[in-house]
Amino acid sequence: MNGMKQLISNNLSRFGMIIALFSITVLFQILTDGVLLTPLNVTNIIMQNSYIIILAIGMMLIIITGEIDLSVGSVAAFIGAIAGIMLVTFDIPVVLAIILCLLLGAIIGAWQGFWVAYINIPAFIVTLAGMLIFRGLTLVVLQGQTLAPFPNGFRSISSSFLPQIFNGGELQLFTIVIGIVLSFLYLFNELRLRRIDLKNNFNTTSLPLFIAKIATLIIVINVFTYTLALYEGIPYVLIILFVLIVGYTFIMNKTILGRHIYAVGGNENAAKLSGVKTKKMKFLVFVNMGAMAALAGLIFAGRLNAATPQAGNLFELDAIAAAVIGGASMTGGIGTVLGAVIGALVMGVLNNGMSLMGIGIDWQQAIKGLVLLGAVAFDVLNRNK
Amino acid sequence: MEMKQITKEFPGVKALDNVNLKVQEGEIHALIGENGAGKSTLMKVLSGVYPHGTYSGNVIFKDDTCEFKNTNDSENLGIVIVHQELALIPHLSIAENIFLGNEQTNRGIIDWKKTIIETRQLLKKVRLNIDPEEQIKNIGIGKQQLVEIAKALSKKVKLLILDEPTAALNEEDSENLLQLLLEFKKQGMTSILISHKLKELFKVADSITVLRDGQTIKSYSISEITENKIIKDMVGRDLSNLYPEREHNITDEVVFEIKNWSVYDPRDSEKKILHDVNVNVKRGEIVGLAGLMGAGRTELAMSVFGKSYGKRITGQLIKEGQEVSFKSVDQAIKNGVAYVSEDRKEYGLILNDSIKNNLSLANLKKVANKNVIDKNREAAESELLKSRIKIKSPTIQQKVGKLSGGNQQKVVLGKWIFTDPDVLILDEPTRGIDVGAKFELYKVINELVEKGKSVILISSELPELIGMCDRIYTISEGKVTGNIDKIDANQETLMTYMTQGRE
Repeated sequence: MNGMKQLISNNLSRFGMIIALFSITVLFQILTDGVLLTPLNVTNIIMQNSYIIILAIGMMLIIITGEIDLSVGSVAAFIGAIAGIMLVTFDIPVVLAIILCLLLGAIIGAWQGFWVAYINIPAFIVTLAGMLIFRGLTLVVLQGQTLAPFPNGFRSISSSFLPQIFNGGELQLFTIVIGIVLSFLYLFNELRLRRIDLKNNFNTTSLPLFIAKIATLIIVINVFTYTLALYEGIPYVLIILFVLIVGYTFIMNKTILGRHIYAVGGNENAAKLSGVKTKKMKFLVFVNMGAMAALAGLIFAGRLNAATPQAGNLFELDAIAAAVIGGASMTGGIGTVLGAVIGALVMGVLNNGMSLMGIGIDWQQAIKGLVLLGAVAFDVLNRNK
Repeated sequence: MEMKQITKEFPGVKALDNVNLKVQEGEIHALIGENGAGKSTLMKVLSGVYPHGTYSGNVIFKDDTCEFKNTNDSENLGIVIVHQELALIPHLSIAENIFLGNEQTNRGIIDWKKTIIETRQLLKKVRLNIDPEEQIKNIGIGKQQLVEIAKALSKKVKLLILDEPTAALNEEDSENLLQLLLEFKKQGMTSILISHKLKELFKVADSITVLRDGQTIKSYSISEITENKIIKDMVGRDLSNLYPEREHNITDEVVFEIKNWSVYDPRDSEKKILHDVNVNVKRGEIVGLAGLMGAGRTELAMSVFGKSYGKRITGQLIKEGQEVSFKSVDQAIKNGVAYVSEDRKEYGLILNDSIKNNLSLANLKKVANKNVIDKNREAAESELLKSRIKIKSPTIQQKVGKLSGGNQQKVVLGKWIFTDPDVLILDEPTRGIDVGAKFELYKVINELVEKGKSVILISSELPELIGMCDRIYTISEGKVTGNIDKIDANQETLMTYMTQGRE
């Protein structure tokens, strides 16, 4: 029992986020008479929020280094517009266009990172300028018009599903198989880690707790894939998200690069005197953010099947809110990739649930604002205790 | 004024333990003790920085028990503290700084004329003849100290507390300040003076209280006490066993040499901070750098360490007979040089991160395969280091910010031991930590040199340098003025060399 208490108090912020997501989901499940978790709507929530999740991951890295990026919505719109020109106007092959767009995003990130990291202009100013610059350029590129439609190959990234391999009638069997395979991979990995910990005499969670944790996660994975299987299966976007989440979690937790990024935000002076290339780290997270914003812009354009001048409006605020709700500290050094994802999902479920209930966009904004403030206040009060 | 049985605890440390202090009206009372003895903490209790309730014991001022909630409460009674670190805002004028938080208003609107006139009078009282509208950043540190005192006077001060007011001042400015204190005394003001400089205290103080390890050792009237007795009270034991014994395995091999090293101020590329400095250290040797504040010791260390300080750096670095150049910190680390900064919170540690992550930060490659960190190896190495240098904490996952100063300092030192350096530059490694932790740090340092490492030790505490070093360089105004062997080193000679060339 004591172990449990300690576990909870040690991980309160992480648990706090998961509990928040869980309670919001339950709340709206009730308020919407069960519409929220129908297979169609679950699929919708993923697809609607995929670009916010991507931006939130990039934003999390930026915030961990103690910076901010206000330009991501404009950059996403700009890249969407460029994609529109390439694909709609000039018929460039889809793969080539995507690569060029991601590259352009990275270059935009490098441009902003240069001013922030090497010229020491506050990121707030640089990216506020970027917000105006790239919104303006979007209008210039599109000449105020909307470009549509995109070729099918491009649209499928954000609106298609993994093809059906086994014939399972109503159910997407392939999706369920993937869920089961993932469960096993997860189980084996956890067992392997536990064996190493035991061998090295590290503290491990007690066996019942360990089993409970694994069982819960395996159930969650399989219920999730089963739900998806009841509709159209796994969307391509989900695979992109999965790769990004796993990849960035790995980088931030297990590599020297990740540790250095945390160090820059934790104490820039100390990091510098420890041989961390602080400027380079800041530069890199902005380059990364640029590429992520580009990816988000592409997915959004594909989903909308149009490149519009208004795309990506207020995305930056959603991304920042997601990162902060997910446990990022604005002073830097604190935050996790998974936190950003959960933060984005909290916002996403809120949006979706309120829309299903027929609450107008006006009240939605106000409520989201209050949730953001509440989440941070909870965190601050909790930390001061 | 009297403070009775004050006890104040911080997580993990008892900073004050039943401290008593009695100050007579109209006297200058000196408070003395080693770094970390609890002087500043005691004064923070007295002035309400630590509000009533966060400590136990009573503060009695003019027969009334005081329960200050904040510094405003104590200032209303006329208790004003001038902190060690000056609390002036550089971009505001002298007048604005003096009346900050106490603005001279007329129906809610600032009366600038009145502000300036009053400032002029206050400046006259501290014998400072400058324009009240001059910005703080444009006046020297000595004058800033006087502005702080003027600010205290503006609050109708009855009890003035000065926390190491002369630490950063040169002889002349110090003398001025002390004269001023005597003058205030004639006018009936009571003051508490915290200082390390015994000579000063004997010049102005009427009585003296010695603190050690958070306890009151004794109070004396100045006439009945000698310097030696005070030192003995402060230290609590003979100086000789303050510093652990070590085997001296010094070889003739010069491991690291700094040659003709010149550095200019990064903000003012005409101002030369270091002039042709030559310093070397042999294998197994501890070399000290002695100098007053601003002499250029830290600047020397940081400019060597991957050009972390300064502009237009010229000179040679020779490591084991080969000329090397460190363009960045990681090159210095790769070449086996480590620098432990004097300000562990600002430049040494990531306070909200774990002991483990702090220890490994400067040399993650040691516990990584390619660029992927092997967490098990990292944890094992950190555990080993933690027990080797005796960091007191249940786990290596503990956040460094929650450790005591001494343990934090051990983590910083540990971080650099983790990089397997040949040469360690230690900048004030024992600042602000208690005697016991100091002793343990000295032992770690000794162990390192016994194993053939070399250490360059920067310290403001001359006894520490004399106790630890084999050889001591003195630096004054950016120049090396002496290179003294342990046998010839005493405080007087060092001081003479350290002040050479200063006006």
